Amino acid sequence: MEAWRLPVSSSIRGKLISAGYTSLSSISSVSSSDLARDVNITEEEAFEIMKLANQASGSNSCNGSRSLINGAKNAWDMLHEEDSLPRITTSCSDLDNILGGGISCRDVTEIGGVPGIGKTQIGIQLSVNVQIPREFGGLGGKAIYIDTEGSFMVERALQIAEACVEDMKEYTGYMHKHFKANQVEMKPKDILENIIYFRVCSYTEQIALVNHLDKFISENKDVKVVIIDSITFHFRQDFDDLAQRTRVLSEMALKFMKLAKKFSLAVVLLNQVTTKYTQGTFQLALALGDSWSHSCTNRVILYWNGDERYAYIDKSPSLPSASASYTVTSRGLRNSSSSSKRVKMM
Amino acid sequence: MANKLIGEMGLHNKISNIFAARNIITAKDALTMTEFELMELLDVGIKEIKSAIKLISEATSPPYQSARSLLEEKVENEHLSGHLPTHLKGLDATLCGGIPFGVLTELVGPPGIGKSQFCMKLALSASFPVAYGGLDGRVIYIDVESKFSSRRVIEMGLKSFPEVFHLKGMAQEMAGRILVLRPTSLANFTESIQELKDSILQNQVKLLVIDSMTALLSGENKPGAQRQNQLGWHISFLKSLAEFSRIPIVVTNQVRSQNRDETSQYSFQAKPKDGLQEHTKTYDSHLVAALGINWAHAVTIRLVLEAKSGQRIIKVAKSPMSPPLAFPFHITSAGISLLSDEGTELKGPGINTIHARGHSDVINFLGECS
Repeated sequence: MEAWRLPVSSSIRGKLISAGYTSLSSISSVSSSDLARDVNITEEEAFEIMKLANQASGSNSCNGSRSLINGAKNAWDMLHEEDSLPRITTSCSDLDNILGGGISCRDVTEIGGVPGIGKTQIGIQLSVNVQIPREFGGLGGKAIYIDTEGSFMVERALQIAEACVEDMKEYTGYMHKHFKANQVEMKPKDILENIIYFRVCSYTEQIALVNHLDKFISENKDVKVVIIDSITFHFRQDFDDLAQRTRVLSEMALKFMKLAKKFSLAVVLLNQVTTKYTQGTFQLALALGDSWSHSCTNRVILYWNGDERYAYIDKSPSLPSASASYTVTSRGLRNSSSSSKRVKMM
Repeated sequence: MANKLIGEMGLHNKISNIFAARNIITAKDALTMTEFELMELLDVGIKEIKSAIKLISEATSPPYQSARSLLEEKVENEHLSGHLPTHLKGLDATLCGGIPFGVLTELVGPPGIGKSQFCMKLALSASFPVAYGGLDGRVIYIDVESKFSSRRVIEMGLKSFPEVFHLKGMAQEMAGRILVLRPTSLANFTESIQELKDSILQNQVKLLVIDSMTALLSGENKPGAQRQNQLGWHISFLKSLAEFSRIPIVVTNQVRSQNRDETSQYSFQAKPKDGLQEHTKTYDSHLVAALGINWAHAVTIRLVLEAKSGQRIIKVAKSPMSPPLAFPFHITSAGISLLSDEGTELKGPGINTIHARGHSDVINFLGECS
C-alpha cells in the first residue's frame, strides 16, 4: 500500500513523500523519533502515522489466525446471523410476507410514495410495533422518530397505540384459554413514552442529528428503530449546489448503514416523489435523484393500484420483486383482503 | 440552530481557530461539507475532524421529547388540544377537533366553490372569545384576489352567532381583530410574512389565512425551475412559522387541468395497451390541484371542495388522522354548512380528484342557517 493513501492531512502527506517515505513498509521500518526528525514533524504526529501505517499494513498480511482479513466474516456465519435477526412487523401480514417477515433490523429501508399514500402511517405503525414485547413475538424496543416536516400527529400515534394494546389483550385472552400466558401490562401512554421524537428544522440540523445519533443510541441501547420522516424535505428546498447535495447525502446514507449494523437496529427512511422524464414519457420516481437511489439497501415504493394501496419491493438484495396490498384503518395499517380485526402475531 | 457559531461550542482553541481561518463560522458551514472535504480544506487529520464534527453535531442537534410529553403538552397548553373548530360538526369530528395548530391546512377547489367563504368563516370564529369556541385572538388574512368582504363576514356572524353579535360593540371588536393584507406582489408578501414572524406571539395572532397561494405565485413571470425554488422557500418558511408559533395556517389553492403528458405511474407499473390507457386514466382526467407535487407533500391536511352533479362536496383528501370522508355542503347567509354530518367514505385515489361540473353559482340566501 502506498503512503499517499494514509488518512492524514495533506501537508503531512506532502512532507512524507518529499522525504522519501512513499510506501508503508518504509514507514514501519524506522522508529518514530527518526521519522519525526527526517520528515520535520513532531514526535506525536510521527507516532500517529506509525500507528496508522501498522493498522493499514496489518490488514494485508496473513495473521496466521482464523481470518485472512481482519473484520471479514464468512458467508455461513452471516447466514445464521441473518436468520436469527428479529424483524419488525408492519401489522399487515401481506406486507410482512413480501418483506420476508417485516422490516429487517441491521438494514436501511427506504419507503417512498405520493402524498397521502401512507408513508407517515407506516412510520408511526413501526414506531409502535417495535415496542411489542418479546413474549408476543416483537422486539420490546424503543423508537426514534425524526420528523422533518411536522407530519407526526401525536393523536394518530395514540390511536394506533391503543389499537395495538387492544390486539395484544385479545391475543392474551386467546392464549389464556389454551396456555398460561402473561398479562399485558403495556398501556397506550407507555407506548407513547417510548417514542423519542426529534423535530428537525433544517438540513444542517438533520446532518447534525444523524452524526449525533451514534452517541445518543449508545446511551439509549434499547432503541431498535430509527424513522426519518421524510429524508427529502429539507434537501429539496434549500440546497442549491446539487453535486454537493449528492455528496452530503451519500455520506449520510453511509452513516445510517453504520448505525444499523453497529446497533442492530432498523433504519427506515421515508421519501417523497417527483416526476422524471424518461423513455419519452413522464414517470413518477422517488426524489433526491439517481445517485441517492444507489445509497439505500432496500427500497419499497407505495402506490395506488385502482382503488387499493400497494407496496412494491423495488430494490432488495435478497427478496424478489413483489407487490402486496394494504389498507390504512383507524387502527393503523392492516391487510386489505381480510376483514378480521386481529393482527397476526408470530 | 443551523446558525450556531462554532466558536461558542467549546471546541479546542486550536481547531476552532483553524475553522475560523477558513471561513467556517457556523454549524451550517461545517456540516454542509463532507468529512473528507473538511480534511482537505483545513489540512487537519481525519481523527481531529471526526471529533470536531462530533462536538459540533451534538451542539447543533435539536432537543428531543417523548411522544407522550408531546401529547400532554398539547392537551394542557392548547385550546381544545390544539384545534380550531370549524363549527361543521362532521368535519370537526373527523379532524379530531378542528383545524390543527402548527401545520398547514390547504383548501383546494374550482373557482366559486366556497373556499373564500370557508376562510372568512374561520377567520371570524378564531376572533371569538373562548367561551364561544373561538381563539380570542387576532387573525391575519392575506387577501390576494380581493375576495374578502367585511360586510359578508358581519352577515355571517349575525346569522350564525346571533347571541354574540347582537351584544353591543361585539361586531366591531370581532371584526376589528381580523387584519386584512392585500399584497401587490410576491416580494411584498414575502416581506410581510417575514415581519410577521417576530411579532406573531406578542400581538396575539391566532390564525393566518392565505387566500390564495396560487394567485401569489402565478403573478410571477419566472421560468419553471426558479418558480419551484421560490415556492420551496415559502413552503419551508410557512411550515416553520406555523410550528414555531403553534398557530393554524390555512392556505387556499386553485385548480388546473391536467396535461396529457402527466402521469401517476411508476416505471415498474406495466403500461396497458393503448386502448386500455383511457380506462386507467379516469382518475387523472379531471382537474388537479395547482402548485405541484412538492406542495402536495408539504401540506399536512388537504380539504378538497368540489361540485358533482349539482352537489357541493367537501372531502378530507389528506389527513394523517382521518379516514377519507366526503361531506355534502351548501352555502347560506350564515356561511358554509354541512348537509349531513355523516360523511361517506371514499376509497382509493378518487378522494384526490376534483370535479367542477354542475354546481349552482347562486348562493342560497334564504336557505337554512347552520
